[in-house]
Amino acid sequence: MGPDTRALAVHLAVIALLIGCWFVLPQYHTGNLARILVLATFASAYNLVFGYTGLLSLGHALFFAAGMYGLGIVMQHGGVSALPAWVFGVACAATVGLVTGALALRTSGVAFMIVTLMFAQAGYLCVLYFGDWTRGDEGFVIARTARNLIGIDLADERVRYFAGVCLFGSSLLGIGQLVRSGFGKTLIAIRENEERARMLGYDVQRCKLIAVVISAALAGAAGAAYALLFGYVGASFAAVQYSILPLLWTLLGGAGTTLGPLLGTLVMFYLVDYASDITDAYLLVVGVALILATLFLPQGIVGTLRRRVLRWLP
Amino acid sequence: MTDRNSTTDDTAATLTSGSRRRALKTLAGGAGGLAATGALPGLSGYVQAQSAEPIRIGFQVHRTGIGAAYGRWYDRTTQAAVARINAEGGINGRPVEIIAEDDGTDPKRGAEVIEKFVNRHECDVGFGTLFSHVVIGSSPRAGELKLPYFVVSEGHHVASGMLNRYTLQPGITDVKSQVQAMAPYVANTLGKKVTMLYADFAFGHDHRDFFSEAIAAQGGEVIARIPIPPTETAFTKYFPKIPRDTDVIYHVMVGPAVLTFVKEMGEFFGPSAPAIFGFVDSLEAVDINSPGLEFLEGSYLWEGYPRYAQADQTEYDKAYREAVGVDDNGASVSDPRDVSTYAHMFGCWETLHVIKDGMQACDYKGPEDRPALIEAVEAMSDIPHSVAHPQGDKVFNGKTHQVFGHQYISRVQQGRLDVVHTTSIEDTLYEDEVDYTTQAL
Repeated sequence: MGPDTRALAVHLAVIALLIGCWFVLPQYHTGNLARILVLATFASAYNLVFGYTGLLSLGHALFFAAGMYGLGIVMQHGGVSALPAWVFGVACAATVGLVTGALALRTSGVAFMIVTLMFAQAGYLCVLYFGDWTRGDEGFVIARTARNLIGIDLADERVRYFAGVCLFGSSLLGIGQLVRSGFGKTLIAIRENEERARMLGYDVQRCKLIAVVISAALAGAAGAAYALLFGYVGASFAAVQYSILPLLWTLLGGAGTTLGPLLGTLVMFYLVDYASDITDAYLLVVGVALILATLFLPQGIVGTLRRRVLRWLP
Repeated sequence: MTDRNSTTDDTAATLTSGSRRRALKTLAGGAGGLAATGALPGLSGYVQAQSAEPIRIGFQVHRTGIGAAYGRWYDRTTQAAVARINAEGGINGRPVEIIAEDDGTDPKRGAEVIEKFVNRHECDVGFGTLFSHVVIGSSPRAGELKLPYFVVSEGHHVASGMLNRYTLQPGITDVKSQVQAMAPYVANTLGKKVTMLYADFAFGHDHRDFFSEAIAAQGGEVIARIPIPPTETAFTKYFPKIPRDTDVIYHVMVGPAVLTFVKEMGEFFGPSAPAIFGFVDSLEAVDINSPGLEFLEGSYLWEGYPRYAQADQTEYDKAYREAVGVDDNGASVSDPRDVSTYAHMFGCWETLHVIKDGMQACDYKGPEDRPALIEAVEAMSDIPHSVAHPQGDKVFNGKTHQVFGHQYISRVQQGRLDVVHTTSIEDTLYEDEVDYTTQAL
């Protein structure tokens, strides 16, 4: 079995496992998993620019929020139905990605990090400033009656779970295919040695911009899906912690691996959930876990597994 | 952290935090032990409780994040209220158990906590959320899971119709009624030309919109509206924008920057300031005698419940302060520097008593009776002034799921807050904006 076929088989097996989880896990965990899958899609989007292209962005909350507010505002104020609103949300995020990416990619390294952070902060403040449309820091609810897709109630537990599986599964297969394509290999070449890639004749800026736009669109798809599936649009999703979180999820799971973002999001979610049962200082537990992961699993869980044991992991 | 302790009373603590077996063991241990704890009046209720599982109330508490100061006092008030309820025999003869979960003052985590209450802790109801964005983020999930969700938020989100039939606010009034009730006093006593300085986000916008309308109805007007960005740390540049003919400055700030705001405003105006009126929200958990706040002397503040014990203090207020552990200055009896969030936290106490009354009215037995509990609370109307409702009598509107009650205006005088005006409940009423009873249960 070639590496491409093996990667596809692993991804399909993970999707099958996620489908199977619905039938065996208690409702509490399937409810959590639905949320985790949407957030893991966001992390996967981040992984494309960070893990595969080597761009340390601190502005991905902007893309997640662009998708969320793109969908939310046209549904709330325009009465648009779920599917076109979701498409609009994705388009908003892709457009924001194109504009901010074109500007931010004029910088590199620490400057790129700061510029992306500034764009995200500007986006957050815009959400607060245009309170008549966004309801500022409070946010707004998307009515349950509006949350349906061609007659299917997206607030239904089963529908929500499988919508999460569809979203994450599509992103997993899409990114899996992308990073094994010629374009994906160019991104990896840029990550490894940008100057060399440029010397070999690749249009590095163009490739990076395409990666940012795809990543932004996927992050926006996750943001719009979150609003649609969980019924809430709020400014906290545009705040700086939602730029940091996908970075942590990706680092914990394994940057530059297709399954790392899912595992990182899953581990972090349950770390918070169970640590909060034991102590109020659960964020300290999370911090210690991240330090330990940095010390002993510098390439993340999946990355370390791939390096030491399962070299065939995608 | 998930807390399963619910009372400061030894006996009640045993009943609420321990297992049923431990509760039985305690009771079987003899009345002597109970008498020693002073809990004998509750004994008859607990006889029933021997065969009953506790009522589990999921308490969504802001232990971390921006709401932590409020959360600490909401927690103390909740524990005190549950201790009282348990000492009186619990609810329908069953002890009350509080399952506290930190939501990090974050709407995403708030929704996850709601999920946890229902599917992991098997709570009967959810309760206690303060910050509006957490309420709004959590409410859809509560509605989907059909969990009665009793919020203590003072936001207008419940009565506006934005939420759902499973979300209720029966223990604290909302910002629209509070602001509206201030207008007659401001217009008739302080002046008719008002300049508003407000935090430029939803909470401030609510004040801007509701007060502008209310003061106009009193023959006054807002002559300038000055929004202040929430990230602002220096305020002097905003004060020259205040028109010279301003009679009253109405300020609504949120967060620790209020100390700088007040200090800079005092330095700007000196002794010739217009009348100053504000909301105590940003000064909750802050000592009114803190350095810099001396500029508030002579100004007026809205209070949901007077922080300082007044000359005409009721027996109810006395009992409530004693139960929660708050002194006559609104600070902790064990640490005078630990100032309470007195204007809001009574909402936890009163909401828990509403839950008790609702569960007793519908003979609540378990989660299958959640719809009946909603209907029982919706059927409530007049709520009399009592130890269970020490802030004052109230009127609950079953259609909008919002309670209405008296509001207080206090003046800062010699480093304390003295009530100068108490509004009527009628001053706080407005037209219904929703009828939740038409939604399916």
